Amino acid sequence: MTDTPVIEIDDVSKRFTRHLDIAERTANRLGAGIKEQTVHAVDGVRLNIRGGEVMGLVGESGCGKSTLGRMVAGLSEPSDGRILYRGQDRSAMSRAEARNAALKVQMVFQDPMSSLNPRLRVRDIVGEAPQVHGIVGRREVAAYVEDILEQVGLDPSTAKRYPHQFSGGQRARVGIARALAVKPDFIVCDESVAALDVSIQAQVLNLFVRLREEFELTYLFISHDLGVVEHISDRIAVMYLGRLVELGAAEDLLKQPNHPYTEALVAEIPTFETEKRIYSAIKGEIPSPLNPPSGCHFHPRCPHAHERCRKEVPVLKEVAPGRLSACHLNDEA
Amino acid sequence: MTKLLEIHDLQTQFHTRDGIAKAVDGLSLSLDRGEILGLVGESGSGKSVTGFSILGLVDPPGRVAGGRILFDGEDLVAGGEKAMKKLRGKRIAMIFQDPMMTLNPVLRIDTQMVETVQAHADVSRKAALARARDALVRVGISSPDERLQAYPHQFSGGMRQRVAIAIALLHEPDLIIADEPTTALDVTIQAQILSEMQALCAQSGTALIWITHDLAVVSGLADRLAVMYAGRIIEEGTTAGIISKPMHPYTKGLIESVPQGKEHGTLLRQIKGMTPSLLKLPEGCKFAPRCPRADAACKPEPPLEERETGRRVRCVHPHTEPLAEEAAPT
Repeated sequence: MTDTPVIEIDDVSKRFTRHLDIAERTANRLGAGIKEQTVHAVDGVRLNIRGGEVMGLVGESGCGKSTLGRMVAGLSEPSDGRILYRGQDRSAMSRAEARNAALKVQMVFQDPMSSLNPRLRVRDIVGEAPQVHGIVGRREVAAYVEDILEQVGLDPSTAKRYPHQFSGGQRARVGIARALAVKPDFIVCDESVAALDVSIQAQVLNLFVRLREEFELTYLFISHDLGVVEHISDRIAVMYLGRLVELGAAEDLLKQPNHPYTEALVAEIPTFETEKRIYSAIKGEIPSPLNPPSGCHFHPRCPHAHERCRKEVPVLKEVAPGRLSACHLNDEA
Repeated sequence: MTKLLEIHDLQTQFHTRDGIAKAVDGLSLSLDRGEILGLVGESGSGKSVTGFSILGLVDPPGRVAGGRILFDGEDLVAGGEKAMKKLRGKRIAMIFQDPMMTLNPVLRIDTQMVETVQAHADVSRKAALARARDALVRVGISSPDERLQAYPHQFSGGMRQRVAIAIALLHEPDLIIADEPTTALDVTIQAQILSEMQALCAQSGTALIWITHDLAVVSGLADRLAVMYAGRIIEEGTTAGIISKPMHPYTKGLIESVPQGKEHGTLLRQIKGMTPSLLKLPEGCKFAPRCPRADAACKPEPPLEERETGRRVRCVHPHTEPLAEEAAPT
């Protein structure tokens, strides 16, 4: 393991702007003053992912975790900032280099039904990319695909089937096989087990753990389910409305959350109860990213919010060795 | 006093090209007034179809092929659609996973709520509106007057689910059937909805059937749990009993599959294989092909037997009894 992180997310932001349509532009010419709407999906995130670790990324819907994952996988470009793969900026590489770097980072999506081509057989879904990129020759591809299917726990005889002929858990495995086929060393898992039944979810989680050891993979594991993330991750990053609010070692972060938002998330992990439990929820809902609250984004829902939180954006800083948190409360204690 | 709900040998079947799928096969269940029952199972276990059967919402090609559903002593299956119409929305209400199944996207919230009130109560529009407003306040919606004027698409997912719950509460029903109402919601919103449902049921003495695939979510809420597999109940008992001492291997497997509280980074205990197709169910115990404790004795399907007081299990080798080789001294 080298000191250079596999993936370095350096002050990355992503903005989505809805451009004005012709009617609105015409209205503006007449003085209506309609403004373009911009969503800050990801807002100045810095995160280093070291080789061989599993980085968990949690947050509620709309917090920008999937957008960040897509940028890491190279599926969309950051509006600001850079994403470095082994210390190198992909946009500064030559085309051939950039392609090789892109191959090393693969993504496993949430819904295999919408990410697998329904008209292709599994052997083509899994076998196409390695063939195109010259990883295997045309003659060896069938054996190669069968080998990978076996690795992910699918019967090699299923290679001639179409995606709809599989159950949900098997489709998840096909998605994983496709990602593995180009020999990546980094995999972005975006809610890869969210749609599965618990017993199947356990099987797929175990598969992820096994593959990581076998192929020395590094994961960015994105999920809204803190329980799942805690189980598989070494470190956990918590996002809220586009910003990173806390980062730390998985067990430590769950045992002693620093940020009030993490605290609330941890408190609401469903656990097995033998007694009736009193649910005490944090109030309010995640605000619209179109119009985020001033200062600390979490302040309208935070039980400890005070004047400063409304005005000043808290900076992510080290509160304990290896633990970063963005909360003003840390300055006062 | 009669039980609020008694289901005897319910059979709900779907006719398909490939044969008859018995989605619910011989299910018996009862529920007291004010009791919260968690109905747990994975996809295809028949838990939702059970809920739909109680409310008479099974559409062709599906039909309730047999059994009796007694609600407060009245047979809902024999009573047919006419009797059901009087109860549905008034004494039995349902909350769906997707609130847009309850809400009409082209009508304002007030129109929909007033319609529901007036369907079962002879009140003026003004009185109905006041009741709708109260219901919204009870589920924790702020500024209810403006919210009544809004359309469903103007609400967030969590708010929509609250509106759906408010509609279910309009007539203060005796029984609410909630079909995975928090599955699509974020954890913080899920906790809000759970705490509100808990408070509302305690206040009004409403009985609740909470259908879910997530044992952990329902364990803090329910008095009793019933675990379903392949259209049948395989274990039923108090929440405390089932969580602390699961008897059926499937229940135990489900509890062990959940990552919470397991040692970090280790492999989870998994149930091998996958849920069988309802069209090709194995002979005997339906769980036997996936079961680590199965042997020849599992060939005839075991009945749902009372093993302890209030605890019914459908298994010949429950976890409370050591297997032959385990019992042998080593």
